[in-house]
Amino acid sequence: MTRPRLATGARLRYDEVREEHLLLVPEGAVRLNPSAAAVLELCDGERSVDDIVGVLAARYAGVDLGDDVRELLDGMADRGLLVDAAA
Amino acid sequence: MPPPRPYSLIAELSYQCPLHCPYCSNPVDIGASRYRDELRTDEWLSTFDQARALGVLQLALTGGEPMLRRDLVALCAGAREAGLYSSLITAGTLFTRARAEELKAAGLDHVQISIQSPDPEENDRIAGNRSFEKKIAAAHAARELDFPLTINCVLHRQNLGRIEEILDLTLELGAQRLELANTQYYGWAVLNQEALMPSREQLQRGEEAVTRFRERVGPKVDVLWVLPDYYEDLPKPCMGGWGRTAMVVTPGGEVLPCQAAATIPGLQFANVREHPLEWIWSASDAFTRFRGTNWMQEPCRSCPLGRQEQDWGGCRCQALRLTGDAAATDPVCRFSAHHEHVVSMRESAQTDEFVYRTMKPPAPV
Repeated sequence: MTRPRLATGARLRYDEVREEHLLLVPEGAVRLNPSAAAVLELCDGERSVDDIVGVLAARYAGVDLGDDVRELLDGMADRGLLVDAAA
Repeated sequence: MPPPRPYSLIAELSYQCPLHCPYCSNPVDIGASRYRDELRTDEWLSTFDQARALGVLQLALTGGEPMLRRDLVALCAGAREAGLYSSLITAGTLFTRARAEELKAAGLDHVQISIQSPDPEENDRIAGNRSFEKKIAAAHAARELDFPLTINCVLHRQNLGRIEEILDLTLELGAQRLELANTQYYGWAVLNQEALMPSREQLQRGEEAVTRFRERVGPKVDVLWVLPDYYEDLPKPCMGGWGRTAMVVTPGGEVLPCQAAATIPGLQFANVREHPLEWIWSASDAFTRFRGTNWMQEPCRSCPLGRQEQDWGGCRCQALRLTGDAAATDPVCRFSAHHEHVVSMRESAQTDEFVYRTMKPPAPV
């Protein structure tokens, strides 16, 4: 995964009714915890995985989230929810 | 206990359709004059807003053929504004590049195109009109505009043999999803059961082809294989349970727990023209009658497998049709005293002749 972006048609949304973050996909919805939503918001097909980790490190006082981010991105890619814009 | 929050709204915008598929889920009396009084644009938009406030996330714009609504662009824009994820469920014959561009700009999220068969002539025979080439052009238009695309094919005895061709066509068209839905016997499919019911061998070969395809292609194409009820011995949670996840709004504004619920005599359906959607969902007769588990009879009441909250008793419309009682256990269940009905239907007489869907008014009785 070089430059991740959401799969075609996947859309992030905060559901005010259920008070949770969701990834909406054709005829379905994936529930996200707030940190997963924060990572996916950065997956714009421009930023590299290192860029994303860097943005989060700056936001959360230098904590290295690299392993957690990579694990999340791989899991989402395996489910077809993320694709590599560089591929 | 408050009712569960719904996830999806199935908006049947119009029962008009250029196709004549013999398994259409629309009512068999679609020609009746009462279906001609369709909701106005503002009535649909208000319904979308109310649905979102209830928790609905997914909107299916379907029919009949939803492309026949002249205000479809306004409805897509309204759905996006309400915060709904919208899917257009279309036969594709009217989904031209120019109209697709308008819908994209209005905020339509996803397109599902039906194909009756991967073979052009067979497709046109099942659909009852010349439509295959237009469907393929529609699929190309959807992909050119970067719509996520689902291909839907209703499976039955007369096209199950072509399942590998369907899978290959899906790949060729660049679709992300393929919905292989074995015919459910409601609406027009009941009239055509003898022309549609597959054999166990056909289903087995179909399922094996799907498994091979999944292994070969991976997550690039998501294949949904909807099992046919009649070869099961435990029921499905029909609609995710009665009044639990979804609601259907008919062209005239009646709100139903499922597309076939109007076949159940004595159920009162409230209309969005007269009642707030919140009340209809939480308190109306149609939605509360079979919600939860209190209405269940034996053997559901003391289910030996404890599945009451897994399958919610199965399908009410099927229970009615095969046992005469909409509150009975779905006879697909092996514990139902009527399970033999389901088994015997697998061996019903066979014909290749279809009774086609038509808008002609039903003959006076």
